[in-house]
Amino acid sequence: MSTNRPGPSTGGTDAPAPDAEGYGAPRRFWRALDRHRPPGVDAADRSWRSPLRGPWLTAVYGSVLLVALPLVIVTGLLDYAAYGPRFDQAFPSDVGWLRLPTFDWPTRPSWLFRVTQGLHVTLGIVLIPVVLGKLWSVIPKLFNWPPARSLAQVLERVTLLLLVGGILFQIATGLLNIQYSYLFGFDFYTAHYFGAWIFTGAFVAHVVLKLPRLISALRSRPLGAELRTPRAETRPEPPDPDDLVAARPGPATVSRRGAVGLVGGGALLLAALTVGQSLDGPLRRTALLLPRGRQPGPGPNGFPVNRTIAAAGVRPEQTGPGWRLMLRGGGRTVTLDRPGLLAMAQHTAALPISCVEGWSTRQTWTGVRLRDLAALAGVADPAAARVSSLEQAGLFRTAVLAPNQVLDPDSLLALRVNGVDLSPDHGYPARVIVPALPGVHCTKWVAEIAFQGRADD
Amino acid sequence: MTDLMARLRAGYGAGPRHLIVVTAAIVLAGWVALRVAGEATAGRMLLWFLGAVIAHDLVLFPAYATADRVLRALVRPRAGNRVALLNHLRVPTLGAALLFVVYSPGILRLGETTHLAATGQDQRPYLVRWLLLSAALFLLSALTYALRALPRGRQSSGKRSERA
Ligand code: HEM
Repeated sequence: MSTNRPGPSTGGTDAPAPDAEGYGAPRRFWRALDRHRPPGVDAADRSWRSPLRGPWLTAVYGSVLLVALPLVIVTGLLDYAAYGPRFDQAFPSDVGWLRLPTFDWPTRPSWLFRVTQGLHVTLGIVLIPVVLGKLWSVIPKLFNWPPARSLAQVLERVTLLLLVGGILFQIATGLLNIQYSYLFGFDFYTAHYFGAWIFTGAFVAHVVLKLPRLISALRSRPLGAELRTPRAETRPEPPDPDDLVAARPGPATVSRRGAVGLVGGGALLLAALTVGQSLDGPLRRTALLLPRGRQPGPGPNGFPVNRTIAAAGVRPEQTGPGWRLMLRGGGRTVTLDRPGLLAMAQHTAALPISCVEGWSTRQTWTGVRLRDLAALAGVADPAAARVSSLEQAGLFRTAVLAPNQVLDPDSLLALRVNGVDLSPDHGYPARVIVPALPGVHCTKWVAEIAFQGRADD
Repeated sequence: MTDLMARLRAGYGAGPRHLIVVTAAIVLAGWVALRVAGEATAGRMLLWFLGAVIAHDLVLFPAYATADRVLRALVRPRAGNRVALLNHLRVPTLGAALLFVVYSPGILRLGETTHLAATGQDQRPYLVRWLLLSAALFLLSALTYALRALPRGRQSSGKRSERA
């Protein structure tokens, strides 16, 4: 093993620390730490045998993450924005300045949320093998002795803990959430949202510090040539300042092409078993191991349900002939029954319903335009609309819609889907469907819509 | 000024840019932690955050590294074609393990009631599907191994007859 490790990479132009051995102050302390090698560290150092570990392979996995993780971060933050933080209905609600600038979530293109959230979850899953491969490539550093030679290295190790803990935490909570296993016993939103910021900070720091190294490592071995090198000709990289290359590498059992292919193949396998939950038609079933690859039944209402009527605690008699829709606006109250709604002008729109959990499906909805209902309530130019469900409990028993979401010509209080009445699980007697609105805000079993006029506020 | 920089490098161990970015990341994390600390479940979140690192670095990694060592000892990659066999075992094993790790909540039926409430369906099918997918990976690997081994066998027997 090399005994003379330089300080942490400080980026292209920064010169190395003047101390030839790379110790910071107090030098005596760091040198003593280095000399007091606990039993086992030398054996551990010698036990790293893979000749593939080295800056190039780490840089290849790292560059995939460098390109893809920002997409995961941004689409995650967009999910928060899509909940409408302006109406205090994004979770967690109190985040200070830790959010994107507030803006009204658009209704166009109608597939916007389908794409952003589908991308967030699908990409998050597909990157798992890349994250694991990247961690494999650098794991010997975890067992290096000394763990640090200066304060700079201590602080960098702390950011690495935030980086690795952050991404694993985000992956674990995200995976459990989309599979409905709330094993962790804390609020998903709070954890995943704040975890995202911890991760993002550490990610930015890591990229700033390592980008020059990533570029030089990628340049050190041309990708094309490396991908043409068979196993028999695969040799270790020359010893590197970051000590990624094993001190005593064994013979290669896989080529670098094989290692890249293995991670890429894992990513493709996960992609093939995940994208189905965002597709319609026979391909949906390809999401074999996810809840949303399954169709709940045949017929026009046979598309995925989120929260059944039984789980919502809505009783059948509440949705029977006695059901009434209350419209409120500017001191006026209008009550409508279902035949009354069906007698109004009906509009049909093919719109995706896209869940925050990443799955989506496009269906053809028929019902009354929300803007017609607003006009009926006497609020032709609403500032907001609060939709309430028959549901008594639950985080999403009410949802506030922004003006653009009420006024879009395809925003409906849907009564029918695919030519038939909504099924109880899909929100009979009436549900909201708004283009590009997260599914959880497309309220089912609607009981009341309160339109707020511009003058009211 | 340059003197100050030199002293920073000597004392701290890196340049000013390093100090700024790592401090920023740690301050941000600390600020977030303070915000979360008020939550009743903050301790659990910390546990899961650190637990995730431990689970990967000190459980998952040693487990798969050891499994690979055992496999290598069993299938000694001496001659060229033996290496191929090793990798034809490694690939489907890793594939099956990856699927298990990612989709274990469904496979192990963790969360039967929440799954039912959300989707109206139970978690029964996933285990069998995972087993079938894993079997398919091994089968596919075995088939490609056979296909790759076959022409080589013919080639070498051809060479032998040439030599004879
Ligand atoms: C680096 C990794 C990740 C980052 C930075 C990240 C970030 C975020 C952020 C900021 C949100 C918004 C949370 C909110 O509205 O409160 C979010 C939502 C979400 N993320 Fe992630 N995420 C990551 C990975 C993942 C992975 C791997 C998955 C799943 C497999 C996932 C699944 C989800 C889900 C399902 C939501 C929606 C939650 C909801 O609104 O109900 N995330 N993510």
